[in-house]
Amino acid sequence: MGEKKLMKGNEAFAEAAIRAGCDAYFGYPITPQSEVMEYLAAQRPHLRTGMVLLQAESEIAAINMVYGAAGTGKKVMTSSSSPGISLKQEGISYLAGSQLPCLILNVMRGGPGLGTIQPSQSDYFQATKGGGHGDYRMIVLAPASVQEMADFVRLGFELAFKYRNPVIMLSDGIIGQMMEKVELFDQMPRLTEFDQQWATTGKTTDRERNVITSLDLDPARHERHNLKLQEKYRKMSENEVRFESIECNDAEYLFVAYGSSARICQKSVKIARARGIRAGLIRPITLFPFPSEEIDRMAGKLKGILTVELSAGQMIEDVRLAVEGKVKVALHSRMGGMVPSPEEVFDALLKSFSI
Amino acid sequence: MNEEIIIAGFGGQGVLSMGKIMAYAGMMQQMEVSWMPSYGPEMRGGTANVTVILSDERISSPILNHFDTAILLNQQSMDKFESSVKPGGVLLYDSNGITRHPQRKDISIYLVEAATESGKMLTTKTFNMIVLGAFLKIKPLISFENIVKGLKDSLPVRHHHLLPVNEDAVKRGMEIVKQVQ
Repeated sequence: MGEKKLMKGNEAFAEAAIRAGCDAYFGYPITPQSEVMEYLAAQRPHLRTGMVLLQAESEIAAINMVYGAAGTGKKVMTSSSSPGISLKQEGISYLAGSQLPCLILNVMRGGPGLGTIQPSQSDYFQATKGGGHGDYRMIVLAPASVQEMADFVRLGFELAFKYRNPVIMLSDGIIGQMMEKVELFDQMPRLTEFDQQWATTGKTTDRERNVITSLDLDPARHERHNLKLQEKYRKMSENEVRFESIECNDAEYLFVAYGSSARICQKSVKIARARGIRAGLIRPITLFPFPSEEIDRMAGKLKGILTVELSAGQMIEDVRLAVEGKVKVALHSRMGGMVPSPEEVFDALLKSFSI
Repeated sequence: MNEEIIIAGFGGQGVLSMGKIMAYAGMMQQMEVSWMPSYGPEMRGGTANVTVILSDERISSPILNHFDTAILLNQQSMDKFESSVKPGGVLLYDSNGITRHPQRKDISIYLVEAATESGKMLTTKTFNMIVLGAFLKIKPLISFENIVKGLKDSLPVRHHHLLPVNEDAVKRGMEIVKQVQ
């Protein structure tokens, strides 16, 4: 640790990928995350660590390259922004079905369709509820700073290999484009020398062959496979919940927000406190698993919860499920690339709960 | 200390790099810093702006509606951001191309004729450094030495022969800035 740099979120993510010992990045450019591949290309990672950098012919090709490379037990990743992540959904479902570890970054922009290149958080459902087909989940990490854009690469790979499951970082145009001070972790070794027991690296005579597939035409066996996946997701829910609480100890009103919205809400908390309103903030760091227990634990002593999202209100469903009607949950929403100011969010709090 | 700054002007005036040099210099002084650019249709339409925050504390929102200092370098930016200066705050502008001068009575207003001045220097690309010098004179939050470090970091090595002229430009900006209100 110790090397401090001024970097964009996208650049910090890319630098962290090299340092985390990533073996390969496959991608296709799209605003607002094009700096990821631009930065990697300028760094010539094949010279630094031997990491492969490949611009695929499309997002679909890139995610399928991730599938193939992940099957060999390597640390591999891709990144895109909303429309490109939609294209990758089939591949992500296959990765989940085949239990392959990988890291995916979505620097969200406004939708639906091509939408806008401005920041948004409207891919929450897609990331947390399974954007592709079938019963699967990914661990969803929501960075709220340039520092976390770097740190969550390392964490994301750890979790991906711990559970043999895709991990997605759900970021947005603000966090991707802004520059902040970032303290970079030291270079880690690549996994090249490690032997993943499940990987398809060439069968030796002393073991059964490894098969990487998401297809199983025997219903009973395939149900057992699904049950095994569900057991894995249950373990993730038990062990991997992460969140940050800010000024929550004596809070009467609670903001719940992630990523860039959480940054805005931090300032709204300050504004509220300066006016004598005891406001706090829960910032989910993992969106799946969601910090439902913590929010529920607080619900009894709260007068109201305001979720703040750059979407029509997606995370609010998980907040409502968490508190089960114990407290009123309201929404402040902006869409299409519009971003609320901290004052606007504070006003929404006043209005929502007639303070 | 918490200084919230908006810098706005035409693309090509060096608005984003001026902000980056400020943020870099702030970081060198152990401050918390953030730099949030406009990256969308605004930039493609010709105007660019960046929000820079320098602070002793962890920075909350990188996106703001009200600023301690607004550095406004064209008429569109004046129209858009004059009203977002906090009461008692600072508005710094260049009158070149300005048809409607600032009207606010509750803020301090400074003028730097950076466009004119940069015409007298080796290269007009020193424009943004003259403006930066003016800001440093008004709010000496970051040191000249760290600005030079920031310049070195953000100028590509092939342009490093231009470091001295840029340093001169910062000094020139400090000299020519005038308080008009």
